[in-house]
Amino acid sequence: MQEIDSIGLSSIGIVALMSVFMGAVIALQTASNMDSPLLPAYTVGFTARQSIILEFSPTIIALILAGKVGSNIASEIGTMRVTEQIDALDIMGVNSAAYLILPKVLAGLFIFPFLITISMFLGIFGGWFVCISTGVVSSNDYIYGIQYDFQPFDVFYALIKTVIFAFIITTVASYHGYFAKGSALEVGRSSTKAVVYSSILILIFNYIVTQLLLI
Amino acid sequence: MIIGQSGSGKSVLTKCIVGLHQPDQGEVLFDGQNFLQLPLEEKKEIRKNIGMLFQASALFDSMTVEENISFPLRMFTNNTAGEIKNRVDECLERVNLVGKNDLYPGETSGGMQKRIGIARAIAMKPAYLFCDEPNSGLDPQTAIVIDNLIHEITYEMDITTIVITHDMNSVIEIGDHIMFVYKGKKWWSGDKQDILRSKNNELNDFVYASKFMKTLREKLSS
Repeated sequence: MQEIDSIGLSSIGIVALMSVFMGAVIALQTASNMDSPLLPAYTVGFTARQSIILEFSPTIIALILAGKVGSNIASEIGTMRVTEQIDALDIMGVNSAAYLILPKVLAGLFIFPFLITISMFLGIFGGWFVCISTGVVSSNDYIYGIQYDFQPFDVFYALIKTVIFAFIITTVASYHGYFAKGSALEVGRSSTKAVVYSSILILIFNYIVTQLLLI
Repeated sequence: MIIGQSGSGKSVLTKCIVGLHQPDQGEVLFDGQNFLQLPLEEKKEIRKNIGMLFQASALFDSMTVEENISFPLRMFTNNTAGEIKNRVDECLERVNLVGKNDLYPGETSGGMQKRIGIARAIAMKPAYLFCDEPNSGLDPQTAIVIDNLIHEITYEMDITTIVITHDMNSVIEIGDHIMFVYKGKKWWSGDKQDILRSKNNELNDFVYASKFMKTLREKLSS
């Protein structure tokens, strides 16, 4: 529970903020780029939904979480390494890797799908809110758009990506923290490495999973 | 006691003994058993008999003093919460920190952290206690308190204590058998009385590096 709190619940604020504003921007940009009168108004809702569910929520939020959660995990475990707390666990006969890393991985796998689901709802809500507040699209058209040709598999695909990204973020960050060496400076470096490598892996696996599941 | 200059290999030697590092060669014998070749489960059993005080205390930041000391008891015994609490209180009393159960390590001084580290190390009633530079970073008075505490606990609990230090005051205060490590090798070993009369040049350079020790040597020779 403690890990779920530190990894997931403490990230709800940033996820919510990012999602509402990104959803709003996606809706506005879609509306502003619809020059042809042949395109129906509900296209804004449809495009916002697809962008948010397929890509924005699972991938962009995962990149944000790689920065927030990944650096947090790497620095926490890295600090334990350089201050010999991990050595203390090992001497007691505790399997330090399992004791420290496993709960973080499990917490990430459990809580990230909830965060991404919340992000999807808030992103779509942000789009709706900006549409009705600016009047670029009516509420009915936007709601019709987000329901139009809805494929439940898209959500399933997004959650599969989320679980994979959660695994990448927690394991890469734990690895870099666990094998940190030297001083506090090295903890900072391992934290940076964790964010960079997990971000790169997220982008690569995003492509691979999309190719496997959607094409 | 294991003494030697910084970087001579004292801490590495100790970490090899307790299994934190894999030595390139040699054996580590615990009660006649080669520790390095034992299966993991047997290693774990032996480790339960080892307590270690780290140079920087290595207390778990996220846990209170009580949680730190009770950690090995919670992990490796079937004791009830009451029994664990009693043992924690006993350990805290032994290191003169009664009532400090709910503090976090960050709220305690360097000397207190060392004492909490000792309390955690003896919580499981180990047969061996390793202390890696127990008084580094402490003022002279607190350093003596820690040295004496280690010495008293060693005899009270009838345990084997190995102290790594480069502090000659500690050697003079609480040392029994001393080993001098130089350039990664055992260079000299003997009793406290022998160290002051040794003809070993490298050892003498180390022992009599300070003005105080030089004065002591002059007094001894006169």
